[in-house]
Amino acid sequence: MVQVATPKPVFAPWDDPTLAPLIQFKNVTKRFGDFVAIDDMTIDIYEREFFALLGPSGCGKTTMMRMLAGFERPTEGKIFLGGQDIDAIPPNRRSVNMMFQSYALFPHLSVWDNIAFGLRRQKLPKDAISDRVNEMLRLTRLSKFAHRKPHQISGGQRQRVALARSLARAPKLLLLDEPLGALDKKLRQETQFELMDIQEKTGTTFVIVTHDQEEAMTVASRVAVMDEGVMVQVDTPARIYEAPNSVYVADFIGDVNIIEGRATQTDENVHIVWAEGQPNIVGTATDASFGVGDAVHFAIRPEKVSISAEKPADTPNAFEGKILDIAYLGNISTYYVKMPSGQTIKAQTANTRRLSRRDFTWDDSVWVSFTTTAGVCLKG
Amino acid sequence: MRRLSWFNTTALTLGFAFLYLPMIILVIYSFNASKLVTVWAGFSTKWYGELLQNEAFLDAAWVTIRVAVVSSTFATILGTMAAYVLVRSGRFWGRTMFSGMIYAPLVMPEVITGLSLLLLFIGIGLDRGVLTIVLAHTTFSMCYVSVVVSSRLVSFDQSLEEAAQDLGCTPLESFFLVTLPIIAPAVLSGWLLAFTLSLDDLVIASFASGPSSTTLPIKIFSAVRLGVSPEINALSTIMIAIVTIGVVTASIVTKRNAVRQQRDEQMAERAGE
Repeated sequence: MVQVATPKPVFAPWDDPTLAPLIQFKNVTKRFGDFVAIDDMTIDIYEREFFALLGPSGCGKTTMMRMLAGFERPTEGKIFLGGQDIDAIPPNRRSVNMMFQSYALFPHLSVWDNIAFGLRRQKLPKDAISDRVNEMLRLTRLSKFAHRKPHQISGGQRQRVALARSLARAPKLLLLDEPLGALDKKLRQETQFELMDIQEKTGTTFVIVTHDQEEAMTVASRVAVMDEGVMVQVDTPARIYEAPNSVYVADFIGDVNIIEGRATQTDENVHIVWAEGQPNIVGTATDASFGVGDAVHFAIRPEKVSISAEKPADTPNAFEGKILDIAYLGNISTYYVKMPSGQTIKAQTANTRRLSRRDFTWDDSVWVSFTTTAGVCLKG
Repeated sequence: MRRLSWFNTTALTLGFAFLYLPMIILVIYSFNASKLVTVWAGFSTKWYGELLQNEAFLDAAWVTIRVAVVSSTFATILGTMAAYVLVRSGRFWGRTMFSGMIYAPLVMPEVITGLSLLLLFIGIGLDRGVLTIVLAHTTFSMCYVSVVVSSRLVSFDQSLEEAAQDLGCTPLESFFLVTLPIIAPAVLSGWLLAFTLSLDDLVIASFASGPSSTTLPIKIFSAVRLGVSPEINALSTIMIAIVTIGVVTASIVTKRNAVRQQRDEQMAERAGE
């Protein structure tokens, strides 16, 4: 017998046309008076996904979540959950649970009773409730605190109680509204992995709202970047970062250099005129089709820009400038290099050695360079 | 401890003297052996004994307590409902007018409230008695309850109710299982306020009461018109004692709970680090 090692399939249900989505927004619009919170949104979310809604405050991400939970109703359009139109179903009869930003733990009930609250409403037998609560306590490592009241436990433990309570009814869909917002940075990073672990163990579909891009990138299978009630881009974290579809997304996620210019020549590469007296930037044409004369925003991440004393020979994209500023962040250093034409290009280098003489200092003349595939050309 | 300056000491003494001197004199004279109110003739508790023999006073006291318990309970139910609707239902047509109107009895002269209730009772042919006093007291103390409860509801985290509904509660269940237990202290203090108001109301009760139903304040007032007797002093002292015990107990319980809560929170944060 020959064992054929099958590679672990990549989790990408959104690429499988035979799968029916768990959640469907169909042309959903939500208005509060004159204010349009959600503008004609259509989106599919699949089972077992960890879907992150990312955007600045007021972009409509919380409204979207509240519509899924049933606390708001769409002004126009329909929302389907498992193929069923959920407009007329009140929050208490939806197989959707929510973890609130404030945790919303019931202060008059113990941790145990908080977790049992939803199960008691389902009129389950006592034994079943008790088994399920204990299972949730084990899952969130809270067994020791079962009989404490919410004010008798720490912030991180409260966060876990809120999670256990919302998972206890085994919902089809769990909504998390800024679930880690109240935790400090270190605890937040640990908890992110815990969340992913729990999501995998329970197989529940998670939709998370966050304004922290690092958090969204860490936990999510897909990220939706939102702005003013519109989803600007919905994609995997890697594609959101490496292939943003707009200046907004490129700028919102991570650090980026945006260089404005105009396309002069388009073959397999786009040649961009961007400053007087500078050679053209040569970038790879993405799916956007550029014509000669079109305005182009060339977006390149600082870590893809190298910095050197001599002009590198292997790339057409090499430009000379002066170091304006250096930001030393410990693990990396960011150099702000000023071009003769006035733009500043950020270049990042990893500080891989502990003790080394810094190669460059303020006012040094240096070359910044990048390969032709390092950046993306975006329409203005 | 910081020592108070002479100015603060004087202000404090004057202020408290102004508040409590009349009551202290009343308490002292309730133990006066003499029948004459203004002449001190030695310590005695005989007026307390005589008070217990006075059927009229005991009847009035019983009416007063029944009225206070029933009316403050109704006022609490209605006042809590009104507060809940006004705080929770967001903006609806006439909301500002309604919330203004609910506070109107707070500033309305009692004589007018009493008179209008009297006219209403005569108009609908309701015989004046315990029932009419209960109705009248419910009417005027309900707004006090609603003020107390709504100030608690304003600071109530609404996501708690949403969480309850999210976990399977109907709106009604979420009110009784989550909202009410949490705002219970405010509801209780609203009830106590309504109870006290009913206990010492004279004006409205005198409009709404009939010959068969005299409350204690009415009894005291009419007795005093015939001259202050040491018996009245004794009765008043008992009422002061009841109120004092109630207030002191309530504040000790509140204080202890606050201290315990703070200690628990500190311990939890330390353990969580």
